[in-house]
Amino acid sequence: MHYRNPVREIYTDKGFRTALFLSGWIVLIIVVGIFVTLILNSLPSIKAFGWRFFVGKEWNPVLESYGALPFVLGTLLTSLIALLISIPFSFALSILLGEFYKKGILSSLLNTTIELLSGIPSIIYGFWGLFVLVPIVRTFEIKTDLPPYGVGIFTASIILAIMIIPYSASLGREVISLVPAEIKEAAYSLGATRFEVVRYIIIPYARSGIFAGFLLSLGRALGETMAVTMVVGNANTFPEGIFSPGNTMASLIANEFTEATGNLYLSALIEIGLVLFIITTILNVFGRIVIKKTGFEGGNQ
Amino acid sequence: MFKFLRMLGLIGVFFGGLSLYSEGGKIEILGAGATFPYPFYSKLFDVYSRAYNVRINYQPIGSGGGIRQLLNRTVDFGATDAFMSDEELKNSDMEIVHIPTCLGAVVITYNLPGNPGLKFTPDIIADIFLGKIKKWNDKRIKEVNPDVNLPNRKIVVVHRSDGSGTTFIFSDYLSRVNEEWKKKVGRGKSLKWPVGIGGKGNPGVAGLVKQMPGAIGYVELIYALSNNMPVGMVKNKSGKYIVPSIKSVSLAANVHMPSDTRVSLTNTEAQDGYPISSFTWLIVYKEQNYNGRSKDRAKALVDLLWWVVHNGQKYAEPLHYAPLPREAVKKAEHVLKSITYNGEPLLSP
Amino acid sequence: MSNLKSRIYKDNLFLFLVVLFAICSIVPLIFILYYLTRQGISSINWHFLVNLPRPVGEKGGGISNALVGTFILVLLASVFSIPIGIGTGIYLSEYGKSRLAGVIRFCAETLQGVPSIVVGIVAYLWVVKPMGGFSALSGGIALGIMMLPLIVKSTEETLKLIPHSLKEASLSLGVSYSRTILKVILPAGLSGILNGVLIGIARIVGETAPLLFTAFGNQYMNINILKPIDSLPLLIYRYATSPYPEWHKLAWGGSFILITLVLLINVITKGITKKWKVLS
Repeated sequence: MHYRNPVREIYTDKGFRTALFLSGWIVLIIVVGIFVTLILNSLPSIKAFGWRFFVGKEWNPVLESYGALPFVLGTLLTSLIALLISIPFSFALSILLGEFYKKGILSSLLNTTIELLSGIPSIIYGFWGLFVLVPIVRTFEIKTDLPPYGVGIFTASIILAIMIIPYSASLGREVISLVPAEIKEAAYSLGATRFEVVRYIIIPYARSGIFAGFLLSLGRALGETMAVTMVVGNANTFPEGIFSPGNTMASLIANEFTEATGNLYLSALIEIGLVLFIITTILNVFGRIVIKKTGFEGGNQ
Repeated sequence: MFKFLRMLGLIGVFFGGLSLYSEGGKIEILGAGATFPYPFYSKLFDVYSRAYNVRINYQPIGSGGGIRQLLNRTVDFGATDAFMSDEELKNSDMEIVHIPTCLGAVVITYNLPGNPGLKFTPDIIADIFLGKIKKWNDKRIKEVNPDVNLPNRKIVVVHRSDGSGTTFIFSDYLSRVNEEWKKKVGRGKSLKWPVGIGGKGNPGVAGLVKQMPGAIGYVELIYALSNNMPVGMVKNKSGKYIVPSIKSVSLAANVHMPSDTRVSLTNTEAQDGYPISSFTWLIVYKEQNYNGRSKDRAKALVDLLWWVVHNGQKYAEPLHYAPLPREAVKKAEHVLKSITYNGEPLLSP
Repeated sequence: MSNLKSRIYKDNLFLFLVVLFAICSIVPLIFILYYLTRQGISSINWHFLVNLPRPVGEKGGGISNALVGTFILVLLASVFSIPIGIGTGIYLSEYGKSRLAGVIRFCAETLQGVPSIVVGIVAYLWVVKPMGGFSALSGGIALGIMMLPLIVKSTEETLKLIPHSLKEASLSLGVSYSRTILKVILPAGLSGILNGVLIGIARIVGETAPLLFTAFGNQYMNINILKPIDSLPLLIYRYATSPYPEWHKLAWGGSFILITLVLLINVITKGITKKWKVLS
C-alpha cells in the first residue's frame, strides 16, 4: 500500500503554492520589464528632443532629427477612420445577434462570420489587401484623377475596419443580450416598435458596454502592424489627404527597426514604440473599466 | 511536482537534441544586408552550399540593416552598397573591412504606355524626385525626348522605405550633380524624401512602379530587366546618353581604387561609363575571434569570400551584374589576406 | 393615424438597414476566402510541402522550412507560456481577492493589449542582443509573451466556474492542496484550459511582426533553436512583397495553408469544448 508522508506533503504544498506565486510574479515582471526597457532605451531620444518629438514634422535620419508627428497623425487617421467605417457594421451585427436573431440560421451564419474574421491572421489581411483592395482603390483613383497610388491611408483604414468589426460586434452582442427582458417586454407590451425599443431602451441601457467595445477595437486598430504596413504606402511625409500615402507608428517601426544605424535613430524608434505601448494600454484599461462597470451595475435607468 | 520537472527536463533534452543534431552537420553562416545584389548572392550562395559543406543564410533587409546587424554582431557578414564612412567605422570598436563583390547599376525605371525608351539629364532626375517636375509631358522632359509621345499624366515618385544602399548610390549621384538636391536632401541610406511613396527593398520599388501608371522609381538593373520594365538613358559627365548595361557599368569602374576598396563610382569620369554605377561590398570584422567564434567558422567565412571574388564572378554576367575588374580583385585579395584569427591571417599568403 | 404608419415605416427601414449591414459584413470574408482558395490551391502539391525555397527566379520552391519553423516556434512559445499561464490562472482564481492578485490581473490584461511590434522590440532587446544573434528561441519567447495573457485569462475564468464544493470535498478527504488542484480541479476544468491554449496557438501561428527582429527568417531547414528560423507568416510577408510572380504564387499557397491551419485549430477547439465539458 502506498503510504503518504504528511510531512513531505506539507513541503510539496508549500512548494506548489510558491510556484503559483512565482508564476504570477513572472507575469508582473514581464509587463513592468517591458515598460522599463522601453523607457531606458528611449532615453537618448527623449533627452535629445523632448516634447518637440511629438510636434516635429520631419523624420530625417540623415540629419538625425526626428519628429514623430506624421506617424502620430497616420495612426490616428487610420484608426479613427477605421472605427467610423466599422461602427454601422458592428452595430448592426450586435443588434441582430443580441436582440432579434439570437438563434437560427442567420444567427449561426453571422456568428461564424464574426469568429472567422477575427481568426484571420494579420499578414493574410495585408496580403489580400495588397493584391485585391489596392488595385480596386487604384482604379478608383485613376477615375477620379487622383495619383494612382492604390496604397495609402484610406486603403489602410478599410483593412483595419474589416479587422476590428469582430471585436466590437461580439462585445456589443454580449452587452445587448444582457439587457433584462422585463424592461424590453414592458416596452413591447406598450406598443413600441422594434426600432423604438432599440433606440429608447436597449441603447441607453447597453450604452457603456457598446462604447467599451469601440474603445477596445480602437486599441486593436492602433497597434495593428502587418496589414497596415503592406498597404499604407510607406511615406514618411505628412499625409495631405486621406488618399495620400503615409505611415503609422507601428508600420514605421516595422520598416526601419532592423536598419536603424546609429543609436539615436534606434532610440527614436523605440520611443515611438513606448508611445504606442502607453496609448494602447490606456485605451485597453479604460475599455475594461467601462465593461466592468456595466457588468456590475448594468445601468440604473 | 517532480513529474512537472521531469517533463521540463524532457522538453529541454528534446530541443537540445534537435540543436545538437543540426549542429553536427554543416556550418551555417549568417549574412544580411543589401537587396541590390540579392539575385546575385542568392545564386552564389546556393551554388556554394551545394559544393561545400557550408550553409549561407542571407536575408535581404537593406544595406542599413546589414551594417547595423554586423555592428551588433548578430551576423557573420553584412552586405552594403554604401561603403561605411569614416565616421561609421569609428563607431565600431573593432576594425571592419570591405570586400567588393560585383558592380551594378542603379537605373531609372518607369511605367508609361508603350514602354518608350526615355533620355534623362541629371537635373531632370533631381527635379522629378524633388517634386518640381510634376507631369510627364513637362517641357524639359519633352526637350530631350522630342520623338516620344509623353502623356499628360502626373508623375508618381517611388523611393525606398527601408535603409538602402541603392538609395545611397542614387542620392550620392544626385548630390554630385545637383546643388539643390545636395542642400535639400543630401546623401544617405535613409532620406527625408520630399515626395513619393516607399517600397520595401528593390523588389518593393519595382513592384510598385510596375503597378502604377505614371510611376517612376530607381532600382538595380536586374530588377527592372527581370520584370520587363523600361530603363532610362542617363546623360553622363562627358555629355553622352548612356544605356545601363554590363559594359557601361564596367567602363564606369575604370577609376583608381584605394587599398581599402572604398570608392564611389557615381558621376564617373569615364567617357562611356554609366553615371549611376556602384560597387557593392561584403563587410566583416578584421579580427575574427570575437563572441566566441570558432576558428573553423572564421575560416569558412574567409574561404567563402575568396570564392566569391574568384570563382563566383562567373555568375555575375548572366544576372546582369558586372564582374569585378582585375584591379578590384587584386585589392580584394589583399584585404582578405589581412583578415586574422587571434592575429594570425586565415589565408596562406 | 399617420403617426403609427410612420413609426411602422421607420421600424421596417431600420430592420432592413440592420440586416443589410450585417450581411454586408460577410462580403469581405467571402471575398478573402474565395481569393485565397482560388490563388492558393493551385500551388499546393506534395513538392510544395516538402521542398525548400529556391533562389530568385528558379522554379520548384516549397515551404517545408517554414512549416517546420512554425511548428518549432509554436512549441517553444507553448513551453514558455503554458506553465506560467496556468500557474498564474490558478493563482488568480485561488487568491483572487488580494491586492497583489488585482495587480497581476491588471498586468495580464495590459499584456494582452500590447501591440505585437512592441513585443518584437522587447524580445530583440532582451534576447537577441545579449545572445549576439537571431534565433528561434527569441522568436519563441516573443510569441510566448503574446500567448501568456490568453492562457491566464481562460484558466482563471474556467477555474472560477468550478464549484467550490469539489475542492472542499477533496480537501476534507485529506488530499493535499497541491494534489487537489493538480489532480481534481485542473482535470475538471481541462476543456476550458485547453480551449485557452488552442486559442492562444491560433493567435500566434499567424503572427509576423514579433518575428521580424527575432527569428529573422532562414531559407534552409533549421531545427536548432539557437539559430534563425523561418515561419509561415514570415515567408508569406517576404514573398508577397517581392516582384517575382513565382514567389507570389508561393505566398498564396502559404496563405492558404496558414488559414486552413487556423480554421482547423478553431474547429478542434469547438469540438473539444463540446466533448470534454465536465461541468453543467
